[in-house]
Amino acid sequence: MVKSFGEFLLFIQSMLTRKERAAVLWQRTLDECVIIGINSIFIVAIVSAFIGAVTCVQIAYNLTNPLIPKSTIGYMVREMTILELAPTITSIVLAGKVGSSIAGGLGTMRITEQVSALEVMGINSASYLVLPRILASMLMFPLLVILAMALSIIGGYLAGSLTGALSAQEYIEGIRTDFIPYNIVFALIKSVVFAFLVSAISSFKGFYTHGGALEVGAASTTAVNNSIIAILVADFALAAILL
Amino acid sequence: MIEVHNVQKSFDGNQVLKGITCTFETGKCNLLLGGSGTGKSVLLQCIVGLMKPDLGSITFDGTMFTNNKVNIRQEIRRKIGMLFQGSALFDSMTVYENVEFPLKMLTPEMSREERRDRVEFCLKRVGLENAGVKMPSEISGGMKKRVGIARAIAPNCTYLFCDEPNSGLDPLTSIKIDELIHEITHEYGITTVVVTHDMNSVVEIGDHIIFLYKGLKLWDGNKDEILNAQVPELKEFIFSSSLVRAAKKVDDETEGGLAAATTDEAINI
Repeated sequence: MVKSFGEFLLFIQSMLTRKERAAVLWQRTLDECVIIGINSIFIVAIVSAFIGAVTCVQIAYNLTNPLIPKSTIGYMVREMTILELAPTITSIVLAGKVGSSIAGGLGTMRITEQVSALEVMGINSASYLVLPRILASMLMFPLLVILAMALSIIGGYLAGSLTGALSAQEYIEGIRTDFIPYNIVFALIKSVVFAFLVSAISSFKGFYTHGGALEVGAASTTAVNNSIIAILVADFALAAILL
Repeated sequence: MIEVHNVQKSFDGNQVLKGITCTFETGKCNLLLGGSGTGKSVLLQCIVGLMKPDLGSITFDGTMFTNNKVNIRQEIRRKIGMLFQGSALFDSMTVYENVEFPLKMLTPEMSREERRDRVEFCLKRVGLENAGVKMPSEISGGMKKRVGIARAIAPNCTYLFCDEPNSGLDPLTSIKIDELIHEITHEYGITTVVVTHDMNSVVEIGDHIIFLYKGLKLWDGNKDEILNAQVPELKEFIFSSSLVRAAKKVDDETEGGLAAATTDEAINI
């Protein structure tokens, strides 16, 4: 465990020394933004809209006390979405989609000697292959989380209206109650930290894959598992530190 | 010229290279010959810097490569072209982009037009002038090797390394790849090192041959000398091939040296 962590730190260091030219890094980062961000919009939209809808319906189901105003449902959907569900669930979904893709892609490049080809050319393979993926993740995760926040709240609105759990006016009143802008900042900080963890852990696992197709599959699985555990630990740590 | 001095390498206590000292001459096809597991590929990886030897030194034209400063190692590496066993083409790029890649990365001062001219020249040189738009997954194994050679020579490399260039190829394609490597070596006067266990390659392109056995250099010489080498392990290795046995028979009958024993003659025996 300690050895792996030390190797991980050395890996991050190797990525930051002898960086490629800024123009190359920028172009590679933009390419990765498309793969990591744009190609993940659909799954993030579906997951977040349904999470918002289900949250709304389940809160309404549990809120049976007539003394509590129904607008509380909207308030709770907003708080849960912004503080926890949008950043954490979105990052866990992306750990599965993006993390496995990064680990699998790098692992395949390693076992087919494409990484060695870069090294022989005198190119820092960690900097060329990994740094753009991490930067792109740190740029795109917050944007996807903002999208997830919006779609979750809209999902809750639609679910509440369609099931008759509460009126549109009550829901809107709820989501406007006691709004704390810092919660958005907190969620975005979390998303940047989660982005780094997912992309760096997945890259580390993929980059040092040895063997064949079986090991690439194993590296992808390990990358997703480790990323999810790291997200949950970091989620608790950030909540304890920043709230 | 590449000089290897007392290079040793172990993995988990198993010594794979036991102090190799040899020289790879400029303008020649230098072959690292030996059976599987003799340390050929490990030695090659130590030379190109993919592995660090436990002991020993490697110099490129008098400049120390092992344990030197990173920028000096980088300078040397940028003069190296390498053809990998599986070609190692970037599968997200077209054939054209694969050949252009080292130019884009290593020579940013080149204009787009200059790069295009160089890529077209290299692809034409390996006989693939019409394959630029294809993806690596759309071309044959032999074509992949050619693209690998084009990518290696694109930045005007001084040293060309080929790791088993014939693996997975049919005999005819193998000979064509060997001929291409040989021609390019002599045309540009570069130092070429080819790792192989294929005796056809020895006959076709072996200007200078180094025979490795169990991590040791047992013999070196050229293709005309190899059949008469008095090293039992080498004799056992080369005469395990029926084609070479046939060639040797022709050699004895024609007294023309191994070079006179063409593949056709050997097959007719």
